[in-house]
Amino acid sequence: MSYAISVNGQIHHVEDDGQTPLLWVLRDTLKLTGTKYGCGVAQCGACTVHVDGTPMRSCTLPLEVASSARITTIESVEGVEAQAIRDAWVARDVPQCGFCQSGQIMSAVALLRTLKTPTDRDIDVAMSGNICRCATYNRIRAAIHDAAAQLGAAR
Amino acid sequence: MRWRRSRSEPRRGRLRIGRWLFATFAAMIAATLVYTLYPRPVPQTQAIQISQPLPDIERLRTVAEFAAIADLDQRSVALFEEAGRVIQHPRCMNCHPRTDRPTQTDAMRPHRPWVSRGLDGAGEPTLRCSTCHGTTNFESSGVPGNPMWMLAPIEMAWQGKTLGEICRQLLDPARSHMSREELLQHMSEDALVGWAWRPGGGRKPAPGTQAEFGAIIKAWLDTGGKCPA
Repeated sequence: MSYAISVNGQIHHVEDDGQTPLLWVLRDTLKLTGTKYGCGVAQCGACTVHVDGTPMRSCTLPLEVASSARITTIESVEGVEAQAIRDAWVARDVPQCGFCQSGQIMSAVALLRTLKTPTDRDIDVAMSGNICRCATYNRIRAAIHDAAAQLGAAR
Repeated sequence: MRWRRSRSEPRRGRLRIGRWLFATFAAMIAATLVYTLYPRPVPQTQAIQISQPLPDIERLRTVAEFAAIADLDQRSVALFEEAGRVIQHPRCMNCHPRTDRPTQTDAMRPHRPWVSRGLDGAGEPTLRCSTCHGTTNFESSGVPGNPMWMLAPIEMAWQGKTLGEICRQLLDPARSHMSREELLQHMSEDALVGWAWRPGGGRKPAPGTQAEFGAIIKAWLDTGGKCPA
């Protein structure tokens, strides 16, 4: 079946089964490989994308549902929160192997859009669905605090 | 002295060429064998059918089977104990935790990843249940779903309680937030409760059907809504 899907501000026409996970449409059909396949069962968060601005796991989102929403992937996430997160990620040298980081960043950006000055607990709650095998959790948390401070100073 | 080629030399030369050809041929066969037998990924060109064994559906006793219990109070208790096979089933108990965290699977282990009920029972504002759970079960990922996917209020925690305690809690509107009529409707018609009989993904459904369960709850309430000790 044919679906019109809005990804990163562009409409793509995709021929696929409606039950295909969005993740595979992004990676295999649209070649947007920044979104990673980690577990395929919504356990790790590596495949996180924004669906109408809300972070969701693309491995467990059917194409037929995703086609009615605006999808944003790591390739196109932007705005002051995304810039602050990027700056903090670079300054803190957050990634180690980096595989989970696109999912971490998508969740972190969504967190800062919801909470301007998150506490440690807020960060732990929002990021608990994003697993990092390199255990960069402390750097991730510190970088989110840095990004929040940068945004606060800019306001 | 004139040098003359020995008669055996051409034969020796042919022998050397033969050995060389044999070695080349053997090397080619060995290389072919190594190439063909070397393990490598084979592209999957056809859809893989996922066949999950259908779980056994446990039978729920019908209301008529309790008619032989003459004493109404005893019948009422027996009916609730039968309903308890559904109420205390992992499909129901997992969403009635005694903490802010749901459990999952038949083993009722803590939910992975770490999630918390939030103010409305549907997750924290920054990690909603809908981050992963859609409006229907999704077979590709095995993640279950329902439009009303959420936890029961903490006042309706069932885990760690006896069936009698759960019974008295259900009948207490301050904790169940439901009248008896609403309770019956919740048990017999609520779509999220109904998910327990259609859990998908190889998960074991609750015993019987929602209609049979609703009939037992109705009969239990009609017989006075008595609770086990």
